[in-house]
Amino acid sequence: MAKSQFVYVTFIRTTPEKLWRALMEPEFTRQFWMGTTQESEWKVGSSWRIVKPNGDTADSGEVVEIDPPRKLVLKWQNHLFPDLTAEGFSRMTYELEQKGDSVKLTVTHGMEKSDSEFIRKVSGGWPGILASLKSLLETGKSLEMTRHWPEGM
Amino acid sequence: MGGDLDKVFKALAAPERRLLLDRLRAKNGQTLGELCRHLDMTRQAVTKHLKLLEEATLVATIWRGREKLHYLNPMPIHEIAERWIGKYERGRLRALAELKTKLEGDTDG
Repeated sequence: MAKSQFVYVTFIRTTPEKLWRALMEPEFTRQFWMGTTQESEWKVGSSWRIVKPNGDTADSGEVVEIDPPRKLVLKWQNHLFPDLTAEGFSRMTYELEQKGDSVKLTVTHGMEKSDSEFIRKVSGGWPGILASLKSLLETGKSLEMTRHWPEGM
Repeated sequence: MGGDLDKVFKALAAPERRLLLDRLRAKNGQTLGELCRHLDMTRQAVTKHLKLLEEATLVATIWRGREKLHYLNPMPIHEIAERWIGKYERGRLRALAELKTKLEGDTDG
């Protein structure tokens, strides 16, 4: 169990299959994840990265476990700030579970390091991204503030 | 069922439950035993409050072996803020909150 860890739970009125696609496919992620896309072959051991709109890598890592449309585990290292890159790999898990007419999405993001600055920083970003993802799937529109990469980052 | 705003407000309406959220904010991922250690509540009362917080999705739990760890889930409160705070008000409200903290000292109110 990670020493620094956050857990986010949100219920989204959609199907596990659609939510799974939305978490990975560019036409969805661009809308709710700051204009970014994700690149991976989505197999155990394959590399994975988040690509900024200008083509640079924001974060990268490796697929540790994948069970569509139920569970994804990623090794995840930040590349935006040198001090965060230096902290090494974090571990991020998506778990999708059908509950009535909704899907319970649990996002766990942690690191084997006490008081990780990276985990502190991403913890500020996840709620906005997940709220926007929920809005996109339930209303067809993501939230304005998550549609573009922040200037100067 | 999650995402129910009535449950969120009801869960937040008791000082004991807000205290539990404060404790999780200070240290995320605590067991029931850890949470009880510094509280003036019976284990049964804490269990009952945690159940309501979990039903409102304000608290998320994860099993580590036989231990159940409790995490503060910020999503419902984030949704409340999204709904009633406009995107242009956010900066000004933060400045006001900082001023209030500075003038009053850092208390939890």
